[in-house]
Amino acid sequence: MKGSKKAKSISYAKWGYIFLIPFFLIYIIFFMIPVFSTFYNSFFENYMSGLTQIGPNFVGLENYKTILFDSDLPKYAYNTLLIWIVGFIPQIVVSMVLALWFTNARLKLRFTGFFKTVIYMPNLIMAAAFSMLFWALFSDIGPINNFLVAMGHEPISFFQNINATRGLIALMNFLMWFGNTTILLMAGVMGIDESVLEAAQIDGASSWKTFWHVTLPSIKPIIVYVFLTSLIGGIQMFDVPQILTNGSGGPDRTSMTMIMYLNKHLFSKNYGLAGALSVILFIVTAILSFIIYRNLMERDSSWETRRSKQAIKGGGK
Amino acid sequence: MTLRRINKFLCYLILILLSILCLFSFYLLIINSTRAHSQIQKGFSFTTGDFFVANLKNVLGNSELPIVKGIRNSLIVSILSALLATYFSVLTAFSIHIYDFKLKKLAFTFIMMVMMIPPQVSALGFVRWMGRLDLIDSLIPLFMPSVASPIVFYFMMAYMQSNLPKAVIEAARMDGSSEFRTFNLIVLPIMKPAIAVQAIFTFVSSWNNYFIPSLIIRSADKKTLPILIAQLRSADYLKFDMGQVYMLIFLAIIPIIIVYIILSKYIVRGVAVGSVKE
Repeated sequence: MKGSKKAKSISYAKWGYIFLIPFFLIYIIFFMIPVFSTFYNSFFENYMSGLTQIGPNFVGLENYKTILFDSDLPKYAYNTLLIWIVGFIPQIVVSMVLALWFTNARLKLRFTGFFKTVIYMPNLIMAAAFSMLFWALFSDIGPINNFLVAMGHEPISFFQNINATRGLIALMNFLMWFGNTTILLMAGVMGIDESVLEAAQIDGASSWKTFWHVTLPSIKPIIVYVFLTSLIGGIQMFDVPQILTNGSGGPDRTSMTMIMYLNKHLFSKNYGLAGALSVILFIVTAILSFIIYRNLMERDSSWETRRSKQAIKGGGK
Repeated sequence: MTLRRINKFLCYLILILLSILCLFSFYLLIINSTRAHSQIQKGFSFTTGDFFVANLKNVLGNSELPIVKGIRNSLIVSILSALLATYFSVLTAFSIHIYDFKLKKLAFTFIMMVMMIPPQVSALGFVRWMGRLDLIDSLIPLFMPSVASPIVFYFMMAYMQSNLPKAVIEAARMDGSSEFRTFNLIVLPIMKPAIAVQAIFTFVSSWNNYFIPSLIIRSADKKTLPILIAQLRSADYLKFDMGQVYMLIFLAIIPIIIVYIILSKYIVRGVAVGSVKE
């Protein structure tokens, strides 16, 4: 019986390859070749100086030297990470608290379906439109300033103020992502074995202790996943600050992010520097992706063993 | 007992405050999209005006911003992306889940490893290569890459592992069904719930996509909505009719919100499927 099954699966193997063709064909054309082209471009001097085209000339690692030591990249990297972390800390804290509330059977909160629907909604909103909306609302003549004036307050030029601009970007990132994080953490908390939690309670552990010693370690892989995917997303931060500041990264480029900087080089056709910057970001995100991959595989393998056990059981029937 | 009540009250208070924070900007959007430019300039209001239809007509008829074409382009790109991403992700997952072949493990590992690498980091190569292929200012580079969507593939794989027994495929073979026919007529219907959820996610992310389209599209009648919004942002806003500004944002956001409200149960449930397996 087992032998004939195996013979069958071998004869069908070609279909496995055939069905993979579309994915890999498109992946090579639209992802692999662009990655190689990006690496290739990063080794050439290739830009417009006024109306004269300079290059392309092979310059080795010169572009990397320029972008790392002789450009404003460190400043933009600082802006990007600062704005990301200011949004991420409240995101993870609020999401953790909400996930615990929503899954707490003793608390018996009502309308949780409604609240989940509302807090997840901003995640689906077009970031460009959402930023345009925030810009319109917080502009010098927008409703927020109208309101402040009506309350007898001085109007505030939000987009002339470094902290206000960075804060608004962080607030929008927070609003767009805390609902998503809540749902992921909830799924993690619900996956914890009830009996373990009950045992902790019977042992007289306080809710704080139960959270710290049982819940938190159990959902650590999901927290790591949320952290890493959010960091990758943070490094890619573009739409919100680009639209909010009209590409200027104002005031005085204090909210200019790394991808906005890349975008500037792409538009001015400085392909060498854009290439070097892309490769640096590629390497950083590839490392983070690899850690996520390992994290997912660890969780998968525990699941795999369960499945193979089931398969063995099924085979024994 | 009273302590628990206070606790619960605090929970609701914080949940309501967070909900207001989430909804307030959309509330202002809806209010201001119904008011005329002059009314918006005059100040803040909590109630709607009656310029909704006028604003809509003005923005759709705006000669500087091809909004109707923008909506059409965004719809074409998003619908095709959703169809391609779901169909081919199920096909890819089917290949790896059902068949045994030498490179299977390698293919799976590869897709998983590149899953989180964002397209932004190879945008330079992408734009230059599309130039070589003569695909600059075409919609093709905006939807075609969806055929290879590692994240959608991963969701499909997770769903397939718990919902598509190999016995179903074997039974179809016994009945003389070809592999491709089995996929289209048996596997796809079984995968419907996962396809629906992933189609929505792909549609939305494609609808919202700004960075890559802004680098590919040049001519006015190929522009998608996010590009038009960015263009509006860079225009001199003092000269601009704010009623139209709010209406354009309304058109980009509200259709998604309406679909979301109708399907929220499935969407919220679908979020956790891939990253957290039962």
